[in-house]
Formats: sequence, C-alpha cells, structure tokens
Amino acid sequence: LNSSSPVFLNGVTCRGKVLTLDSMNPNVRRVEYAVRGPIVQRAVQIEKELREGVKKPFTEVIKANIGDAHAMGQKPITFFRQVLALCSYPDLLEDNKFPEDAKKRARRILDACGGHSIGAYSASQGIECIRQDVARYIEKRDGGIPSNPDNIYLSTGASDAIVTMLKLLVCGEGRDRTGVMISIPQYPLYSAALADLGAVQINYYLDEDKCWGLDVTELRRALNAAKQHCKPRVLCIINPGNPTGQVQSRECIEDVIRFAKEENLFLMADEVYQDNVYAKGCKFHSFKKVLFEMGPEYSSSLEMASFHSTSKCYMGECGFRGGYMEVLNMDPEVKAQLTKLVSVRLCPPVSGQAMLDLVVNPPLPDEPSYASYLKERTAVLAALAEKSHLTEEMFNTVPGITCNPVQGAMYTFPRITLPQKAIAKAQEEGQAPDMLYCMKLLEEEGICLVPGSGFGQKEGTFHFRMTILPPTEKLKVVLQKIRDFHLRFTQEFS
Amino acid sequence: MLSENSLTHPPFTLIVRNKEKVSYSLKKIMVALKNKQIGVKKPFREVIDVSWGDPHRGGVKPLTFVRQVLAACLYPQLMNGEKLPVDVRQRAQKLLDGCAGWSVGSYSATGGLPEIVQRVSEFISRRDGGVPSNPENIFLCCGSQWALTRILNVLVNAEAPFPTGVLTPAPCYSTTPLSIEGLGGVVIPYYLSEERGWELQVEELHRALESCKGACHPIALYVINPGNPAGQVQSRKSMQEVIRFASEKRLFLLADEVYQGCVYGETEFVSYKRVLSEMGPPLSDTVELASFHSASKGFMGECGLRGGYVELVNLDPAVKKYIYTLFCADSSPPVLGQIALDLMTNPPQPGDPSYLLYYQVRSRSTVVKNVKKACEVINSLQGFSCQAVEGGAFAFPRIHLPAKAIQKAKEAGMQPDTFYCLRLLEEAGVLASPGSDYGQEEGTFHIRFCILLPHDVLGELLQRLSDFHTQFMKDFS
Repeated sequence: LNSSSPVFLNGVTCRGKVLTLDSMNPNVRRVEYAVRGPIVQRAVQIEKELREGVKKPFTEVIKANIGDAHAMGQKPITFFRQVLALCSYPDLLEDNKFPEDAKKRARRILDACGGHSIGAYSASQGIECIRQDVARYIEKRDGGIPSNPDNIYLSTGASDAIVTMLKLLVCGEGRDRTGVMISIPQYPLYSAALADLGAVQINYYLDEDKCWGLDVTELRRALNAAKQHCKPRVLCIINPGNPTGQVQSRECIEDVIRFAKEENLFLMADEVYQDNVYAKGCKFHSFKKVLFEMGPEYSSSLEMASFHSTSKCYMGECGFRGGYMEVLNMDPEVKAQLTKLVSVRLCPPVSGQAMLDLVVNPPLPDEPSYASYLKERTAVLAALAEKSHLTEEMFNTVPGITCNPVQGAMYTFPRITLPQKAIAKAQEEGQAPDMLYCMKLLEEEGICLVPGSGFGQKEGTFHFRMTILPPTEKLKVVLQKIRDFHLRFTQEFS
Repeated sequence: MLSENSLTHPPFTLIVRNKEKVSYSLKKIMVALKNKQIGVKKPFREVIDVSWGDPHRGGVKPLTFVRQVLAACLYPQLMNGEKLPVDVRQRAQKLLDGCAGWSVGSYSATGGLPEIVQRVSEFISRRDGGVPSNPENIFLCCGSQWALTRILNVLVNAEAPFPTGVLTPAPCYSTTPLSIEGLGGVVIPYYLSEERGWELQVEELHRALESCKGACHPIALYVINPGNPAGQVQSRKSMQEVIRFASEKRLFLLADEVYQGCVYGETEFVSYKRVLSEMGPPLSDTVELASFHSASKGFMGECGLRGGYVELVNLDPAVKKYIYTLFCADSSPPVLGQIALDLMTNPPQPGDPSYLLYYQVRSRSTVVKNVKKACEVINSLQGFSCQAVEGGAFAFPRIHLPAKAIQKAKEAGMQPDTFYCLRLLEEAGVLASPGSDYGQEEGTFHIRFCILLPHDVLGELLQRLSDFHTQFMKDFS
C-alpha cells in the first residue's frame, strides 16, 4: 500500500495524498542544510528535556553551531539600535535622550519610506537613498572605484541575493546544465541552493595543509573534470571563508579573476565577513577592487556579483535580514529580468534595509555618536581576534586535533583524527563518522557543533565547525570540554 | 554588448497570462513618470499612489502600541522609567525573553520564535471556533508571498514530463502567477464571475481544469479570500464546493487569506481550515491545505516588516520534513516581522492601558463607511461599474471605455486600461493599476486602487478620479 493509492477508512474511500515523496519536486529532496540540521534538532530537544527537569551532565546547551553573535551574548551597536527605535516609533524624535546624529539618520530613512513609515513596502530593489549610501560605502572602501546605485540590490540577508543570482544563472538540460563551482569546504547554503535548482555542483578543494589556501591548478582540475558532464558557468568564492576562515591574498584573488575571465565564468564573491580579519599579515581585498586594479581588460568584461550582509562582522544583526549584492557588467536585458525576479518577494524587510544603511553609513569622526560607536566596534572585533587565537592555540595542544589559524570570519574548522573503531561504528549506523562524534559530544557535554560532513571535506578526513562567538571565559570552558571529550572518545574507541 | 556571451540566462520571461510582457514595464514607466513630476507644473501638488495594497503608503498611521513595543524591543533602554505604558513594557520583556541573547538581532528557530508560533496557533484556534491548531504545522516567514513561493517550490516539478499546473483566479494579484511561472509551472486561470460579485463558480473550475487536459499536470488550486484585486468574500457554500472539487480532482489547496482582517459587507470571513474541519471526515482528514496570513494588511498594515505565516493541514509527514529543511536554508524570518505577527494575533485586551487607543484607531465602522462611499461615488459615474467591495484592500471597477479611447490606446501600443491609468496619472496625479496586470475577460477593462486610506485622502482621491473620468469620457466620446 503506497501513500497515493486509495484507502478505506470507516467504509469510505479516501484518496491518498496529492503531495507525496514521489510527486513532490525531486530537487527539494536533495536539499540539506547542516547548520540547522539533525544535530541542531537534537540540541533543541535536549534543551526541552533540561527545561522539563531531566538530569543531564550539563545545565545548558551551548549552541556553537551557528554564526549568531547576539545569541552568544555580543551586544548590538548602541547607535544602530537608537536609529532603528527612532524609525519604528518616530514620536521618540522629540525625546532629547537620543543624539542628533541618530535622529538625522532616522529622519532621512523615514523620508524615503512610503507614508514615512518603515511599515510601507519599499521598491523591490530597495530604498533608493540606501542603495546610494551602499554605493558610497563601496567606493570609499575600494579607494574611489565608482559604484553605481542601480547595480545595487538590497536583499533579505545575503542568502536571498545569492539564491536569486543562482536562479538567473542556472539553466540548460542534460550535459548543458549549468555547473557551479564552489569550495570544499563550503557554507551549505550553496549546496542547498544548487540542489534546489537542480544545478550541477562542481567542487574545488581548498588546501588544508596550506591554511585552506586556494590554488588555481585545483580550480582548473575541477573545471576540466566537470566539462564532461555539465556546462560550467559560475564560480563561487567565500572570502573570508566559511567554515574555514581563510582570508585570500591579493595574488590569489587576481589568479581567481584571471581564471574566471579565461574560462568565461560568472564570479560570485561572498564577502559577508569582510570586517572579520584577525591574522597578522592578512587583509581583506574586495574582489571588485582587485578587478578594477587589474585594468579595463578585466573590469569591463568580467561578470560578477559581490555580496554583503548585516548578520556578521561587528554588528551581528542576523535577525534583521539585511543585505545587498552589487552586480557588475550584467547584460541590461538580464538586469531587467533580475528586477522582475526580486519583485516576487515584494521587498526586503525595511528594518533590515535601515540597519544596512547604518552599517554603510555609520557615525563620522565629527559626529556625537562616533566615539561610542568606534569603541563598541573595536571591542567586538578585538574580542573576536583574541578568541580566534585562543581557539587555534588550544586545539593544537590536543593530540588528534589540528587547527589551522583562524584568519577571519567567525569559525574554527579543526581536523579531528578518529579511531578506526569509531569510523566503523559510524558506518554500521549509516552515519558520517564526524556526525557520530558531534552527537556524542552533544549528549555528553551539551555542546552543539556542526560535523565537517555538513560542509564537505576531503575523503577520509573529518572535521567539525565551531563558532568562536561565546564570551571568552565560556569559550575557554568549551575548549577544555572538547579537549577532554576528544581524549575520552579516542580512548573509548581504541 | 553581452547578450550572446552573457552567462546569465533567466529561466523564464514574464508573461502575464498571455497578455503583453510590456504591462509590467509600463508600471515602471508610470513610477518613473510619477517621480519626474516633482518640480514639473501640474494641476495637483502630489501624486496619490494607490497602486499598492499598502495602507501606510496611503497615509494610514501605524498603530502606536505596535510601534512602541517594537521600539522597546529594539532599544530596551526605553523600558527604564515610565515613559512607555506598562503593557508595552511587559510585552517587550516577554518577547525579548524569547529571543536568544535577549536581542531581536539573533536568528530565531527556522519556523519562528517558539513562543510566538505557539501564540499564533492559539489565535488560529480561537478564530476557528476551537478547531485545533498545531504549532508544528506553522511556519513564520518573510511575508506570506515568500512562504507561498516555498510551498509552490515543493509542488512544482520542473523536470516532470508535463509542466505542473496551478489553478489561479482571474483576476489575480500579479505576484503569485509570476512565482508559479518563475518555478517552471503553468498558470491555469479560472475566471471569477464579475456579474455575480466576482463569485467563484465551481463550474468554471471544471472548465479550467478541462481546458488544460493533456497540456499540463494540475497539482494545486490557489484561492484568494477575501479577494485581490476583486473584493469578494467567499460564502461558506462556495468554499465547501471548492473543497469538494479539490478533493475530487486531487488538488492541493492553497488558501491566501491575508485580507481576512478586511471584511466590510454582510458575508463574514471564515477560514478554509475551519470550513474543511466542519465538513468532517473523510474530507477533513485528507484534503491537503496550506493557509497563508500576514501582518501586512488589515489594521496592522505593516507590509515593510515582512511578517507572514503558513499553516499546513493534512500534509504527508515525510514531505513536511523536507519543507522544514527548505525553510532552514532561508535561516529564519525577520524578527521584527515575527513580533508584528505576535501583536496582530494578541492585541491589547480590555483593561490594558493601550486598549482604548488601539481600538479607537481600529474603527471598523469608519472603514466600512469609506468603502461604501467609494463604491457609491464610482458607480455614480457614467462608464464605471463597480461590484460591491465586500473585503480586501481594493476597488476594482470596470471601465466601459469608448471605442475612441480603445483605438487611441492601440495606436500607442498599450492596453486600453493601461492607457487610461497613464492619463489618470499624468492629468490627475493618481497612480492606480490597470486591470490588464491581473487578468480579465477579453474585451473588458478595469482599474485597481487601494481604498484603505485615511478619510480625507480617500475623499481627495475620489474627487480627482471623478473629475478626470468625466473629462476622459467626454474627450473620447
């Protein structure tokens, strides 16, 4: 009896379901998203059990699985929240407890909103004056290279823009189906979107031994192999990287750009962690800046989209769903289709657009809120830098764990050596070995990480991704617990 | 320069129910014209934009309670002292207690903050006279259209031998057909009966289904109740017919109920879920339904916050698991939008400090009076006929355009109602939408405009419209 055949119930024929595993969009069945996957669902269950008074070897679950800074205790930037409060409840503009620079920005945003309310729809591409502010921010960041506000699309987090862009790029059938190059390890939004769109995922491996560096020869290898069964059209790169945290060198970025041009690939540069750079000698270079500095041969022809967001960096405003993409050298007809495509979602949340406006248009040195803004921002980034070093050091003292320097972003992705017995057990249970490891860590210590298998990794290697977001003292405790767990685990399966 | 070599290749081109692709870009021209008008001498001072179902844009003020709670959640320092009413502070506290790190800047659980989802489910149950609502079947999302697109994504199989079809009303608000086509699906229009107050007739559903035999595989039936752009509110009887039809023809029912808070006539709103439940087994246990609601409409009007939800009924649990994963990849819906939903479903109660102000502003009788007046004025004009607006945000009157006007429009290369709207914008400073954007019976013409406006703005709108229309009909007689 399958779910679509008729069934008798109380003597009456009922038809089986219309929407079944067989009838549903087969692409959706291939979608996975490890960051909120089975291990997180178990973590939520455990939290429920704790609330119900079930006794556990720990009193709380530490959710180091997701890049959510505020959830781990990081405070919002005061100025940003002041402006948002003013935008939400404009009566506060009369309140002298709010600084003038906050009021000025709030008024400007409200003037650009329908009916002077953040509750009105905005244009689907995003509020015009905010797109202008984004363009100015990009110009300032990139040493004056012009940015056209018409090429800026505000979005519901960077994820929305990334998926939209992929929708425009994926087409063709069979061997002509679009192939999209993505790093391994990668942030699983990409693999999820590619599965959903039925695109061909082309994996290029980052080199763990070279601090997760990217080598063009590897790009070439991956591309040539892929040409046999698909039409490669897109190259995605996350810089600073997620989960791996590497910050690409300028030379590497140039190599990637050259490669994209040679092979006629659309470049998607995910730069949401652009302010999260910790390692000495590392610097964020935007793809756009490097592209333009390579001259018109590249800058006037390479098709590219760059992405940014309000969720990461020093502000950590994930819940606002603010983001943008900047497109370059896009065919005007295609741009018209892009504009229609984004209209289906009506508009990005206006509060997210407002938050983004503040990120790109923060207090200036001569403004009243500047000092406190700078202090808060510096403190957050300094804390993250300290935690990045602390994490790397600590993990490298554990036999069986090796950890590359966390050059940027918000995560550590250490490699774990697992005993053969553990691997065998996992295989028996039909589980990825690092999932078995992480599940056990969750059950025994109440620490929720994401297994490396959720991001992709070289065959035969195992990792986990942990955020470096918990407050320093808590982080130290977490690191110790993981160390102790790892030693026990190794012992148990020896 | 890059057309041939360009890498981007959109999977669809916009075809609004086989009408010209241009109608969407005409809207853009209209918007551009509207913007250009600033500084140009015109017989009006500013454009009244009623092309959106957007009360705030039309001049309706946000609800004070809602905005106070949002401000307190955003900047909790506001809760120190007595400036904000105590119920605002309590509500903000409660909401923040449910947020990770006590911040609205954190991600929430995929389906929404659990406490809010719980309260939404209780609201649904209360609304439906006690029919149970399970929070596990509810997903908060970034606006109802986002959720609808996600559910359509699961239903539409672009790789099947036959394209997936979705029965969609004509007229229908333009975003949904765009979504369907964008996913590689096919819109199967069923025409609402204008002479019968835009009634949905089940015979027409049968006809529509027959018409696409062999061309596509119909999988879903999309209904909007109360309607958009047509302002009908479905009778219980009609809804039962729809449910029986969906069951018989094996269709997944998509019920877009975002205007449930906007009902003016004698027909009361009842949800599809409630009607389904009251029809009893086997229908109540088998018909698969997704119901959509939002904080964008009604008295909230918080379109820009993007707060919506979908409730799933009778879905295969195995499929639900995949739906959940699909929503996971979107991270979580905007927290402020979720808060708006919470406030909408749990407004101040009698005795609460904010209660009087909240309900004073939310005067249903004023809206009903406005709607009635709008219909009267429109119907009093020669060349206009407007069905009763029983619900929703819009009037969708039919314009009986003179032959000369139709000819002029053809010469200009546009639909006659688009031509009318362009003139209306240029000469009277009113931005409305042409019926051709929504689908209409061949040879008929309509315009849609939002009527959820403050009393004085509505008055101004009707005055301009009357003057313009009278002149237009004279000019083209």
